[in-house]
Amino acid sequence: MTTFSTEFNTPLFKGKVSFPTGVFIGGEFSKGASGSTIDVINPTNGKLITKVAEATEADVDRAVKAAHKAFETEWGLNASGARRSELLNKLATLMEKYHDELAALESLDNGKTFGWAKGTDTAFAIATIKYYAGWADKISGQTIETDENKLCYTRHEPIGVVGQIIPWNFPLLMFAWKIGPALATGNCIILKPSEFTPLTAIRMCSIIQEAGFPKGVINILVGYGHTVGAAMSSHMDIEKVAFTGSTLVGRKVMEAAAKSNLKDVTLELGGKSPNIIFNDCDLEQAVNWAAHGIFWNHGQACCAGSRIFVQSGIYDEFLKRFTERTKNIKVGDPFAEGIDQGPQVSQQQYDRIMGYIQSGKEQGATVHHGGERHGNEGYFISPTIFTNTTPDMKIVQEEIFGPVGVVIKFEDEEDVIRQANDTVYGLAAAVFSQNINRALETAHKLKAGTAWVNCANQLHANVPFGGFKQSGIGRELGEYALHNYTQTKAVHVNLGHRM
Amino acid sequence: MPSTFQQTLDTPTYKGTVNINTGLFINGKFVDPVKGGSIDVYNPATGKLLTSVAAGSKEDVDIAVAAAKQAYKTSWGLKVPGTQRGKLLNKLADLIERDLDEFAALESLNTGKPFAVSKRFDIGATVSTIRYYAGFADKIQGKTIETSELKLAYTRHEPYGVVGQIVPWNYPLSMVSWKIGPALATGNTIVLKPSELTPLTAQKLAAVIVEAGFPPGVVNIVNGYGSTVGQTIAEHPLIQKVAFTGSTATGRRIQEASAKSNLKAVTLELGGRSPNIIFDDADLEQAIKWASMGIFPNAGQTCSAGSRILVQEGIYDAFVEKFSAAAKALGGAAGDPFSASTQHGPQVSQTQMERVLGYLDLAKKEGATIHVGGERHGEQGYFIQPTVFSGTNAMRSIREEIFGPVASLIKFKTEEEAIEIANDTEYGLAAAVFTENNARAIRVAHALEAGSLFINNYNTIENGMPFGGYKQSGHGRELGEYALQTYTQVKAVHINLGMRL
Repeated sequence: MTTFSTEFNTPLFKGKVSFPTGVFIGGEFSKGASGSTIDVINPTNGKLITKVAEATEADVDRAVKAAHKAFETEWGLNASGARRSELLNKLATLMEKYHDELAALESLDNGKTFGWAKGTDTAFAIATIKYYAGWADKISGQTIETDENKLCYTRHEPIGVVGQIIPWNFPLLMFAWKIGPALATGNCIILKPSEFTPLTAIRMCSIIQEAGFPKGVINILVGYGHTVGAAMSSHMDIEKVAFTGSTLVGRKVMEAAAKSNLKDVTLELGGKSPNIIFNDCDLEQAVNWAAHGIFWNHGQACCAGSRIFVQSGIYDEFLKRFTERTKNIKVGDPFAEGIDQGPQVSQQQYDRIMGYIQSGKEQGATVHHGGERHGNEGYFISPTIFTNTTPDMKIVQEEIFGPVGVVIKFEDEEDVIRQANDTVYGLAAAVFSQNINRALETAHKLKAGTAWVNCANQLHANVPFGGFKQSGIGRELGEYALHNYTQTKAVHVNLGHRM
Repeated sequence: MPSTFQQTLDTPTYKGTVNINTGLFINGKFVDPVKGGSIDVYNPATGKLLTSVAAGSKEDVDIAVAAAKQAYKTSWGLKVPGTQRGKLLNKLADLIERDLDEFAALESLNTGKPFAVSKRFDIGATVSTIRYYAGFADKIQGKTIETSELKLAYTRHEPYGVVGQIVPWNYPLSMVSWKIGPALATGNTIVLKPSELTPLTAQKLAAVIVEAGFPPGVVNIVNGYGSTVGQTIAEHPLIQKVAFTGSTATGRRIQEASAKSNLKAVTLELGGRSPNIIFDDADLEQAIKWASMGIFPNAGQTCSAGSRILVQEGIYDAFVEKFSAAAKALGGAAGDPFSASTQHGPQVSQTQMERVLGYLDLAKKEGATIHVGGERHGEQGYFIQPTVFSGTNAMRSIREEIFGPVASLIKFKTEEEAIEIANDTEYGLAAAVFTENNARAIRVAHALEAGSLFINNYNTIENGMPFGGYKQSGHGRELGEYALQTYTQVKAVHINLGMRL
């Protein structure tokens, strides 16, 4: 068995962390079938943190067998809701015990600051598991009145073995969003973390063991999208796949599902979410929320408010304050005091974002602030503001996924709604106005799965989240997520009709 | 300064100390009642005095209500998010589980239930019910309702504020959990009156409520008599809702008091005379076991007891013989709740015992046939022999609720007759059907006027399934998601987004 050990000696976290690594199938760690490994890179300096076992297609097959066995014996409806609830609660309690360790690993692997990893990512992940623990013994269908010679009812049954593919932007949080509802409803899981950020998922394997989940209920395979991800999407014995990531890859997942066994697919994809700020907003608040809307998580949030529409009456003042606010964002070592923003997650992402910044310059937009690398090491990018854009520019149309906001002046209310909706995406939207009619009417007209009024990037375990249009299919969080992981059986019991 | 009750037990099933404060629990502290006064608490297995607890009166209820109101405005209600309410409820469940044995010992001392039963069914069920509602606290959901695009129309399911809860003596701690679970999950604050006969586990609960970290005033426990504390709660102008479990007679008084005072919402869980219908084609051996489970546990002191057993004529004689044998065997296992072999306990009090014995006399006078039992068991404590008698549905001893280990058998011919007899009662709490014919089982179940229907089983209560009565067995539902409706009121909000006059 391989172990990853590291010692943290930083201003914000000190401690030794040590845990088993490997491909996690049937409750046990092992080498991958191919024996190869994946490098885990530290994004603050590009250096190797460790190597972890790489899973490939043969591992997916083995995991699927283990998951099916567990589903037919110790999990599925063989485990009562109360039992599933108990184990999820146990998992949450253990995550609380290892809270700091998980946050430190997340920060090390992803580059987000320790403060955010601890106070948001890990805390919210724990809250999500607790929330779904509470649903596990409350799965109910309906009885439906037809006539008195019949008993008609629905059962909301678990699907069976589900595949889950999660991204690198909120590794642990996305892990919790996926396993929470799937386990609460009685499914067994094959989960592929992102190969860029596998550490917290691997740590969770031994925590899952410690919580006492039966073997095979959760299987974790760190591998590449084109091998493990593709194998899961086209596997004939995986009955559902849930994917969070880019729209590009989301299409591939859906295509593979269609070509194999027509497995049910839910997708959480990209966004280019509009943030509409009216003249009658609370300006100071709008500035603060707008900054949070785009710069949170270094801009690596699917729901980032990356197109900031500001009404002409307040445009100059907004831009001035927004720029001040942005200047105050401190970029640096995620484990140092007073830092707000760490590096982007990888070289690839860094190159991509710098490419968009370059295209913005080339297409004639104004770099109002930032627009360059920060420092000489690692993948740090300065928070960047573009102005004087036109709607057809790449930086206005395409998802950048970095700390790059586009500020657009508008006058007409109807026109800005049209502009806001003029995108293939529809994940989120925000509206700032103190006028309730304007705020809610606008929110209702925006084609997005989440509409924020006088706030941005607000998420709760009990409120659904997901996209319209090419931002996705299905909803995560809240009671709604249970629908992703159950299938409805209608039962008709004849009490007296005779042929 | 309130006193404590402490006792060290050295028994085959429990060795340890039980320790409670006997004061009123108001605003997070144990206090003496304003007017002094106490109530004696007895051990019904021996008839001996255990201790006494503080007895509250109107003044104490007023203080408790004021504390509950203040807590609702400041440290509870919707000021505290559902996740936090759930967290505290989970903590409370953990602490009760930690002290499981001590709670069970107190319950057995106070009610005479066999220790294993107190532990598994009373206290164990309490822990799981509180955990169930802990999981609901952050899932209180109203609806948004499409009307027109010129409006945002939605509902909020808001707590009432201060709710009054009056619980009975038959499942003391478990009944408290059915009440406080949903009430706290939905954000209400509580003034609760335990039964003056069985206050001990509620007193210990008060101590762990403090330990769990509930803000003072969120849960207040005021012991006292129905005619004083109970009546004050039912009439109180600042209590917006009262939930009562107990006799139909007292339920009427509560509803009346509400009508005469502030029309507070009332939910009632009252008595029953539940029919258990056993057809010729039932699995006889199973039917006998379940029928016994339906009437004899807890010495018959269960509101949903299957106390009228309707047996189809084809299997009637075989049923009587085997069922009576089972009852007799149970009677042989009556005794000390802390002895490992005890399976049958006493009635909760002298009064209850005399009541049951009164009905047995009446049955004899009305011409019922006693197959087994029919008398007091022993001289010490309030034990009654498990009894089986047969008669007709016209007899008063079969129509009225006995609330003892007494099964009344009625012979029937046809399905229609069984349904008619079964429904011929002012009660409607539960009912059961035993038959291997599925269509008939469900058809009959649907025709029975009762809130809980059991097919080929009896009284398998689940946290997720609602429980409550038809007709004079009560109104409103406890348990399941339905209980949340019992403790919330609906506010419909209409926001104008563009309608102009």
